[in-house]
Amino acid sequence: MAAPGPSQEPEPREHYLNASYGIRSWLLTKDHKRIALLFLASITFFFFIGGLFALMIRLELMTPPGDLFTSATYNRLFTMHGVIMVFFFLIPSIPAVLGNFLVPMMIGARDLAFPRLNLLSWYIYSIGGLFTMAVVLTGGVDTGWTFYTPYSSTYSNSQVALTVVGVFITGFSSILTGLNFIITIHKMRAPGLTWFRLPLFIWAHYSTSIIMVLGTPVVAIALLLVGLERLLHIGIFDPRLGGDPILFQHLFWFYSHPAVYIMILPAMGVISEVITCFAHKRLFGYNFVAAAAVAIAVLGFLVWGHHMFVSGQSMYAGMIFSFLSFLVAVPSAIKVFNWTATLYKGQIVYSTPMLYAFGFIGLFTMGGLTGLFLATLGVNIHVHDTYFIIAHFHYIMVGGAVMAYLGGIHFWWPKISGKLYPEGWGRLAALIVFIGFNLTFFPQFILGYLGMPRRYHAYPDEFVVLNVMSTAGATILGVGYLLPLVYLIWSMRYGKSAGSNPWNAKGLEWQTTSPPSTENFPITPVVTEEAYNYVPEPIGHG
Amino acid sequence: MSHHVIPRRVYFVIAALLMLLLAATAWVAELDLGRLSVVAALGIALVKALLVILYFMEVRYSSRLSWIVAGAGFFWLLILIALTMSDVLTRTAVTLPAE
Amino acid sequence: MAESATATALAHQFDDLEQQREAGYLGMWTFLVTEILFFGGIFTGYTAYRALYPEAFAIGSHHLDYWLGTINTAVLILSSLTMALAVHASQLGRRRSLIGFLAATMTLGTAFLVVKWFEYAHKFEIGWIPGPDFAYRGPHAPQVELFVSFYFALTGMHALHMVVGLGILAVLLVQARRGRFSSEYHSPVVVSGLYWHFVDIVWIFLYPLLYLIGAHH
Repeated sequence: MAAPGPSQEPEPREHYLNASYGIRSWLLTKDHKRIALLFLASITFFFFIGGLFALMIRLELMTPPGDLFTSATYNRLFTMHGVIMVFFFLIPSIPAVLGNFLVPMMIGARDLAFPRLNLLSWYIYSIGGLFTMAVVLTGGVDTGWTFYTPYSSTYSNSQVALTVVGVFITGFSSILTGLNFIITIHKMRAPGLTWFRLPLFIWAHYSTSIIMVLGTPVVAIALLLVGLERLLHIGIFDPRLGGDPILFQHLFWFYSHPAVYIMILPAMGVISEVITCFAHKRLFGYNFVAAAAVAIAVLGFLVWGHHMFVSGQSMYAGMIFSFLSFLVAVPSAIKVFNWTATLYKGQIVYSTPMLYAFGFIGLFTMGGLTGLFLATLGVNIHVHDTYFIIAHFHYIMVGGAVMAYLGGIHFWWPKISGKLYPEGWGRLAALIVFIGFNLTFFPQFILGYLGMPRRYHAYPDEFVVLNVMSTAGATILGVGYLLPLVYLIWSMRYGKSAGSNPWNAKGLEWQTTSPPSTENFPITPVVTEEAYNYVPEPIGHG
Repeated sequence: MSHHVIPRRVYFVIAALLMLLLAATAWVAELDLGRLSVVAALGIALVKALLVILYFMEVRYSSRLSWIVAGAGFFWLLILIALTMSDVLTRTAVTLPAE
Repeated sequence: MAESATATALAHQFDDLEQQREAGYLGMWTFLVTEILFFGGIFTGYTAYRALYPEAFAIGSHHLDYWLGTINTAVLILSSLTMALAVHASQLGRRRSLIGFLAATMTLGTAFLVVKWFEYAHKFEIGWIPGPDFAYRGPHAPQVELFVSFYFALTGMHALHMVVGLGILAVLLVQARRGRFSSEYHSPVVVSGLYWHFVDIVWIFLYPLLYLIGAHH
């Protein structure tokens, strides 16, 4: 049933939300579930700040002339949008909120391996966030979220140093989260929970954590060196000394390409959980999906040069990176096939999380396929730095990752809050998001193909219709995002009681109360069955 | 990490080896090996690093997972350097075709 | 067996001290992997520029003090020995040896930093600081300035990590004096040892790459 009825179970009297009161009990908590909520508040805040910048961009682009903002200001708008959305929303989103909440629960543990490091991770994120807000309030930065040298290191007159310090600091938040997850998953699984009985959400977060640990330090040092060059004139990227600006790009993209897999792998983990539950069917090809997650994490590190085909990078290196980029599409495709096969002959329930999952599969596939266009050297030359690229990555990151994030928030909301959200509003919002999203970004594929460059605040008249469509879509998308903010908060007070397992889902997290107690499980569970051990229900049931 | 407590003399032997290798590094640097100088220097450094990792950091007596974690770090660094150098070393001047 | 001391040392999320110890060891190694990549980024830049500007790098290297670099390497190797002996002492519950070896490691680490201080002071004196006033005007001057930038970036980052390491050792020393460690519970010492050895390994690579380029000339 899509809309679970209110639970007959009595609500647990004491749970993690009311176990202690007062702001100190939240700001000094070691409970992974409370830390997840701290992150939820922070990233929601930054999502809407980043969204405001997007709104300003789309408002400017509603008309061909650059009449709303100067080009200098416009440069700051898209830079801030990118920096905030990438580093302060997308990278932490699923891991820091859903991962923090669920990883210990899904493996039957009382908490992560290092609870204090987990809290430190949130504080580090928040301090980095403060730096970023300082940048917003003091004129912004205009280098693009990619901080290419020598503009960022020498010529820009904006708050580069302040921004790179903020991003540098926040990077450690990511590193600590990844470190925590890796050790927890290796060392703290419940008895009987072998690797191949783990939920794919765990495999996804494990793979993501590998990327976080191996990649983040490199962008950290790249940005630190830019900061040093600006502040101390230690000119490592300065062409006047024989420095190589492309070296910066290598160091930057070595992280920033795998970073997109940090954004999508947890999303894929969510989708595996949602689809199995609402098709009431075991995952088709579990081993392949698990292996694909690890393969994406590894292969993802070998393709970064595909962001640099036209940068002056050697043609031969370009060929190597192009070939490897084709390879990395394969495990993603494997996952899409396996999800589809899982849906086949499943007992589908069109719940809100499932609607988001459907959206994800279609939109992620489109975004992924256009990635293959971009991996092709010849095509890339024409569409690089156009709206084609922007459409490509927004399909994956917004059509993919954000939709999976919202689907996950809705799926686990009963567990997190103990309440049911209003299902009707949930489905309506999912539909609005889907429509808004496509209206915003599909025209951008066409615009890019027709030659409209990115990061320009003015454009030729012939592109106006598509741009107006895109802006209209963005407005609808914004409404779609605001709705859950409203009804989820509403449900915390007025929502019906959820019970421990409103969705009838498999998974250890559903075996305990909603909301869970601080220690998660009264007794450590023992696992004896495979993941997603769904048995088809007889027809006519429910 | 292990319950196995390594006898102290192992540490002294390793330290002595490291000092010897330090002397070797300095000595090899004095030889004119051309391009091989770097290889020799890094090779000796690698041996020193391995001694520290295996014995001082006790990886030799630890779980296979520790080996994999330590190895992965160095391997990934190799990827970064190798693929970056594949660009740096193969850049050719771009010339326009003659009219 | 000091049961009460170890009972309070078990964190609630772990089932037993063994699990806690293994988690700590692996956790520190995972952190060190991030450090490998962090320093590795600078090493990557170094590799690219050394390949492009070999003569400039050799000139830069000749202007570093070969003997100070070599002595410092020996000092760090010795400090890794004393650190390993400190860990060994903690594994056997030998409090006084632990304190002694920790103090020895700190002394050697401080000696290293003192030598570095002299090296840096000398650079300031002769104007070998990257920036508009870089004093060297001989052949390949801009690329020599690049080398010096790498020198400061690499040894500066390393020195920063040494300072942090000294701080960690100081905390360990205080805790050791208060009898915090025993043969059952000493993993903070082991884990700090891992960090210290890693910082030594970074220098093991820095030494030939910075001080010994073209030394046969």
